Amino acid sequence: MLIRIIKNMLQEVQEYMHLCGSAIRCTFSRPFYSRDFVEQLDSIGMGSLTVVVLTGFFTGAVLGLQSGMTLDQFGARPFVGRLISASMIKELGPVLTGLMLAGRVGSGIAAEIGSMVVTDQVSALRALGTDPIRKLVVPRILAGTLMAPVLTVIADVVGILGGWLIAVYQLRVASSLYWKSVIEGLYIQDAWMGLLKPFVLGFVIVSIGCYVGLRTKGGTQGVGRATTNAVVASSVMVIAMDFFVTRLLFSLIY
Amino acid sequence: MAAVSSAPATMGAGGGADGSGPGSGTAPMLVFDQVSLAFDDKVILREVSFTLSEGHTKVFLGASGAGKSTILKLILGLLKPDGGEIWVRGSRVDTMREVEMMAVRTHLGMVFQEGALFDSLTVSENVGFKLYEEGRLSMRDVRSRVEEVLGFVGLGDFIDRMPSELSGGQRRRVAIARAMAAKPPILLYDEPTTGLDPITATTIDDEIIKLRDLENITSVLVTHQLRDAFYVSDYEAVHGSEGVEFRRASDQKMNEAEFIMLKDGRVHFEGNSRELRATRDAYISTFLS
Repeated sequence: MLIRIIKNMLQEVQEYMHLCGSAIRCTFSRPFYSRDFVEQLDSIGMGSLTVVVLTGFFTGAVLGLQSGMTLDQFGARPFVGRLISASMIKELGPVLTGLMLAGRVGSGIAAEIGSMVVTDQVSALRALGTDPIRKLVVPRILAGTLMAPVLTVIADVVGILGGWLIAVYQLRVASSLYWKSVIEGLYIQDAWMGLLKPFVLGFVIVSIGCYVGLRTKGGTQGVGRATTNAVVASSVMVIAMDFFVTRLLFSLIY
Repeated sequence: MAAVSSAPATMGAGGGADGSGPGSGTAPMLVFDQVSLAFDDKVILREVSFTLSEGHTKVFLGASGAGKSTILKLILGLLKPDGGEIWVRGSRVDTMREVEMMAVRTHLGMVFQEGALFDSLTVSENVGFKLYEEGRLSMRDVRSRVEEVLGFVGLGDFIDRMPSELSGGQRRRVAIARAMAAKPPILLYDEPTTGLDPITATTIDDEIIKLRDLENITSVLVTHQLRDAFYVSDYEAVHGSEGVEFRRASDQKMNEAEFIMLKDGRVHFEGNSRELRATRDAYISTFLS
């Protein structure tokens, strides 16, 4: 029983890696569906903007509130900007944006492709001589990988603005002091970490959504299951990959 | 790249019911030679063999789960058999890789069970999908071909509608138009009339007959609707004074529609419609009653 479960898990990982490999190969060969790519940029980027902005803003604000109280104990309230910027850019921005994308984009992709699978639309694509990986997977993975860093930067900026509002109006920290602290608290390595992580997370979220969608079985119930599985798997992978990428970047750039 | 060579000289147990195949002078469009397939412990097909000649129709009958639709997926290369050989227009497809299958699929059109139209595309985009993808024709020529095939299936006025705005029968007819748009020599129909009322089902059957008789398209029809199977075999389409007319098929035309009944993954019966009606086999009698 246990051996069978392990075997199934390894097979899933193997097939997922195979899909990723095929998608990467197809990215560098023709045909490339540029119209689908642009549509996905819009769907993933613009479509996720509201949720990312709201998440970033309130995360920055609550971080300001919580850390302000803690820093007060050490008389370090003026350093709240440093704490917010470092936390947002290095960790919370990429991870929370990743989780939001997992919920919104990963589930949407799994449901959309899953529905296409159970209604034979993916088989119809193949029957019409079109490779579903090129048509469905590559544009989504590319768009997700490129838009995740953009959305993360937006979340970081909005989060720091949220923290600024709390720092100025709640904690009564001077605005200039806050911004000085924000800049002083940042190192170039932090910026690299904050930018590189979302590339990996975006790829993982969208590729898992595509993989789970393409493996959908069992009608509409199967689509529901696929959607749930995609959100759970990509959310867990966002946290796990965040750890591994952080560990790797610490050894490479710090 | 798999070798593109002539089909095997021996066509297996299931040579055409009318004697087509090797020696008949008609090149086989499709050959199944001892094809077997199983999913885990469940056997789907056991050593199925048959040959289909150009312009002929092969009708697959059988209960649900008998392996009828699986045969279409094997022809398209959507599934690979565990054993045996499959040949499509002289190319052996069971050993081909997915990328090589794309070329073979240009010879094939498929009408899926529920139509399988792309929800996000209009009727025009659905029908012209393959032509747009191939990029050989200009946009104007693609549009012209789309209008032509939609006119053929009687849906010329629906060109800019979305699939969600169509009835079940209209969706199937759009699916037929999509399958025939790129002029494939072989069309595969997977339960094209299932779930439709008899009148709408007859309009779909008429399209299948028109394509076979007026466009000389070789057809593989999978169905468990006996009424439709016999209708397709017993009628033919001709150009009459008032357009396309349907009349009782000639003996030769009836013989060109070959029936195969599958039972437990095996070929249980093979012959024409007269032989099917005349059989005293208990299982087939139950099916026909």
